[in-house]
Amino acid sequence: MSDDIFQGYKGDALNLLKRFNVRVWGQAEVHTTRGVFTGTILPRSENDDDKHIVMKIVTGYNVGVDVMTVTGMKETGYKKANYKIPEKEFPYTQGLPKVKLIGTGGTIASRLDYRTGAVIPAFSPGELYGAVPELAEICNLTTEKVFAVFSENMAPDNYKKLAIAIGKEIENGVEGIVIGHGTDTLHHTAAALTYMVQNSPVPIVLVGSQRSSDRPSSDAALNLMHACTAAGHGDIAEVMVCMFGPTSDEYGFLHRGTRVRKMHSSYRSTFRTIGDTPLATVTRKGVVPIKTEYNHRRKDKKVTILPYFEEKVAIIYYYPNMQPDIIDSLVENGYKGIVIAGTGLGHVNKPLYPAIERAHAAGVHMYMTVQTLWGYVHMFVYDTGRDLMAKGIIPAANMLPEAAYIKLGWALGQTNDPEEVKKLMLTPINDEITDREPYNGYLVYQGGVKEVEDFLKKVRK
Amino acid sequence: MTLSFNPSENYNKTRKQAGYVERSEATQDDYDRIGFMSGLEVHQQLKTKEKLFCHCPAGIYQKPDVYDAEVIRHMRPTLSELGEYDGTALMEFKTRKNIVYRLKNETTCTYEVDDTPPFPVNREALQIAIEISLLSKLNIVGEVHITRKQYLDGSIPTGFQRTAIIGVEGMLNLPKKNIRLIQLSLEEDSCREVSDIGHTRIYRTDRLGMPLIETVTYPDMVNPDEVKETCDYIRFLNRSTGKVRTGIGAGRQDVNVSCKGGTRVEIKGVAHTRWIPELTHIECFRQWSLLLLRDELVSRGLKAGSWKISHSRLDYHDFKFQYAPLKEANANQYIIVAVNLPNFKGALSHFTQPGKMFGNEISERLKVIACLELPNMIHSEEFEQPLSEKDTDAIRSILKAKEEDAQIIFWGPAEDVKTALETIEERCLMAMSGIPPETRKSFEDGTTIFERVLPGADRMYPDTDSAPIPLEDSYIEELSKTVPQEVIERYHILKSWGAPQDTYTYIFKKDLFPLIERIVKELQYDPVFVTTLFGHKLKYAEGQIKPVAEFNYKIIYALLKFLKDQKLTPELAWRMLPVVYEHPKIDFPSILESIKFKRITPDDILAKVPYLRKKFAEIKKSDEPSNEKEWIMGQLRYLAIGNISLIELYKLIQ
Repeated sequence: MSDDIFQGYKGDALNLLKRFNVRVWGQAEVHTTRGVFTGTILPRSENDDDKHIVMKIVTGYNVGVDVMTVTGMKETGYKKANYKIPEKEFPYTQGLPKVKLIGTGGTIASRLDYRTGAVIPAFSPGELYGAVPELAEICNLTTEKVFAVFSENMAPDNYKKLAIAIGKEIENGVEGIVIGHGTDTLHHTAAALTYMVQNSPVPIVLVGSQRSSDRPSSDAALNLMHACTAAGHGDIAEVMVCMFGPTSDEYGFLHRGTRVRKMHSSYRSTFRTIGDTPLATVTRKGVVPIKTEYNHRRKDKKVTILPYFEEKVAIIYYYPNMQPDIIDSLVENGYKGIVIAGTGLGHVNKPLYPAIERAHAAGVHMYMTVQTLWGYVHMFVYDTGRDLMAKGIIPAANMLPEAAYIKLGWALGQTNDPEEVKKLMLTPINDEITDREPYNGYLVYQGGVKEVEDFLKKVRK
Repeated sequence: MTLSFNPSENYNKTRKQAGYVERSEATQDDYDRIGFMSGLEVHQQLKTKEKLFCHCPAGIYQKPDVYDAEVIRHMRPTLSELGEYDGTALMEFKTRKNIVYRLKNETTCTYEVDDTPPFPVNREALQIAIEISLLSKLNIVGEVHITRKQYLDGSIPTGFQRTAIIGVEGMLNLPKKNIRLIQLSLEEDSCREVSDIGHTRIYRTDRLGMPLIETVTYPDMVNPDEVKETCDYIRFLNRSTGKVRTGIGAGRQDVNVSCKGGTRVEIKGVAHTRWIPELTHIECFRQWSLLLLRDELVSRGLKAGSWKISHSRLDYHDFKFQYAPLKEANANQYIIVAVNLPNFKGALSHFTQPGKMFGNEISERLKVIACLELPNMIHSEEFEQPLSEKDTDAIRSILKAKEEDAQIIFWGPAEDVKTALETIEERCLMAMSGIPPETRKSFEDGTTIFERVLPGADRMYPDTDSAPIPLEDSYIEELSKTVPQEVIERYHILKSWGAPQDTYTYIFKKDLFPLIERIVKELQYDPVFVTTLFGHKLKYAEGQIKPVAEFNYKIIYALLKFLKDQKLTPELAWRMLPVVYEHPKIDFPSILESIKFKRITPDDILAKVPYLRKKFAEIKKSDEPSNEKEWIMGQLRYLAIGNISLIELYKLIQ
């Protein structure tokens, strides 16, 4: 591992370190045309340039030294940092529910990764207990890392593996399952698990964090506590997403896995139930259902695992001027299913018609959803809609585009028969299609209006 | 409590042992004896349009109870880059505070409340910080790395301050001494606290995120006046760029103090440099005194590991408490706890600061760490015992207290009792090893109270949300061409002009030197006249008059130019200035009218002299010749100002 002593350095910077024989984690005195800098040489992030050397000076700050200005360097000592979340054995408490935390690579607990300069997760129960000791008052937690991928890298294989792992845990008699997951595609995974793990007797709670746990204001600890409470003590035995309700550290929401969506790139309260109310709120005191109908926790271990997925499925987000070759190329590339996120009630423009006809003729399954996210596809209102249906596009009611995409992949993983697929698609497993949209299912308030401002001032949003 | 022990006597005795003297009587020998050492962290807001990491406007402030929304957060300690938990972090976690942020849309976006990652750093702020670093002769870094500095008190919603080193190892050349600088950093300002009661701390977010620089000195100052002088110098240096904010809160300093054998203690957020001497004087003696207490406790054989407190919960109804806070505690259904401190007699009334004893150190920690509102305790060495002898005896017997023990009685909500007990024991144990590293809050009288445990380098963490910013040589060179003259050079110029010493502070504080220099060079005025016009006349006017519109110092240039052009003598500026200051928008001729100025030739003035001589002869009380001249000058002065130089007139009255 000779390279490791110059971790992350390349080019000019690497040559300089080698020339003066100074290692990463070495304490060094660096003479430059801008004066002397004294401190510890730190690893450099791989994506940063080769023109600078990073040092931690004695006051704890990091500074970069321009390679071009260096006139001399001297290593005066060496001390490698031992970055470790304090590990303590997770205590067993009689009477608390058994909860399994399945890790996929989210940032529930994390530490710095010098390779990318970003954070990487820590995970063992001991590490988690060290970071969030309150967990021991909620449940008896065990953990298993099924795989470690970033949220954006989650793939169908991961869904299948997860579903199978969940099935196994339920058979083993856990009383609740928590899945730590990155937030970017949390709702895709939630939908996939809803279809793949049916009739679960215990809660399956997906949780992530919007602020990584290496920051004091992280939402990770509270989300994890909420998720463990919902998994261990809650009565709702469904696939759910558990994330912040408001941006304040107050309560979490439990969202149905098929109706939830990440709605803000960085807010803590980014996950919202679309077209319905959330299932429940959760605090460390317990779960308080909002919806009256849900699948209750059961004592049995009967669960149906359906780990299927056809990867050749695409989702296309329609925009004016979309060219027909977009669809043609999907067909040419062997895609078997396409979910369209159409405008308004579910429309695309006329120039696409021939391409859609060609796709239909090639046996591609096409479903229409709305890019407005809220509301139903309604293809009888305008001619366009009627035309599209005639050309083989099936309206998918009020399914969210992502929920429909995952479902089409799951359905096509089981059958290629259009009628069978249609039946699978349009028969809701858990509210991916609802019969009705409640009046309070669409709430996107706008600021500046007096009653909204009054509400915001009173309530911690 | 035995009669033989008198807390007040003990307090005075320990005060004397420490050799405490008032600052007015203290000499350098006193400071050398106790090893006075002090360094500074001087914060200065930069004058930028926007905040440091977002596009909110900087410098707009809200009233504490005016807000659009509130957000509530909690802070958890996290590991530093080197894998350590920071001491302060753990303390703050213990206090379990609900932190409430009050947001106003005008000044706060989703960045400040940590719901949006940082935008690229404000280049305007970065440039000012580099300019000031160059002026401070610091070694400018090759690449700026944004670092997160943990603050778990909630003063920043992220739980850390984004901060970056711009330069290290600099030097200030003060008139009498050189002061070395450790570093200068560019950082975002924190929230302003609205209140901190029990478990709820409220902040407003208007100031949060404003760009700020922090200049850190080595502990090179060896007496309180030197600390103030250095601090003033740094502030003047910052202001000399004309690119920093002024006004209340725009400049604040943390003052580090230690004594020989003591610990670095940081007095936080000192708003005025004139407070510094008294604060540092008292803090140094506080430490010296605590070291004497340590020696005393150690000589009694007390040490961590074997020394433990014992406690007992008191039933209010078993006693006849007349002390109002105890009655109130009972009304609030608080738990009342008596604590025995074995072998601690004399420690609680040990002198720490004027009017304060060691018992206060415990009480202050109970407020901050256990969230017990003051008054939160009484103890066996209060000067006036609030409990009856009977109750005291009963409590001592419950605690099985020995003669040489001391006792504390505290009260608070049940859930805070455990932390309170830990806090008491912890502070007492610390007394056996010396002085705990702390940050302390300052008061105008020069005393301080405990604020937080002093954080260390363990709270630093690279900001994974920001990329490093390279600073190329060409850029630095470009900037070094435009930095203003050094304050010390200006100081020497003022001196060579013979400007009165008492005008310097005002001139540097208001960054008036460049303007004065322009007036002297371009308008050819006498430097002493100009410096006193600013440093005396204008300063006086500012203290007395409130301008009706914004007053810009450049108006003085225009005024003096006007006088010159009109061939009026400079002294007329004295009469015009108060009116010009009050009404900055009125033109000068109108001002001349309003002060009823009359143009009159020197000959016409002198023509009045013979008459005045006659008059004086009638009223004079002595024959001293200068009396006559002075009296005539007095009579003509008003008339002369503007028309003839007074010095000339004086010469002419012969």
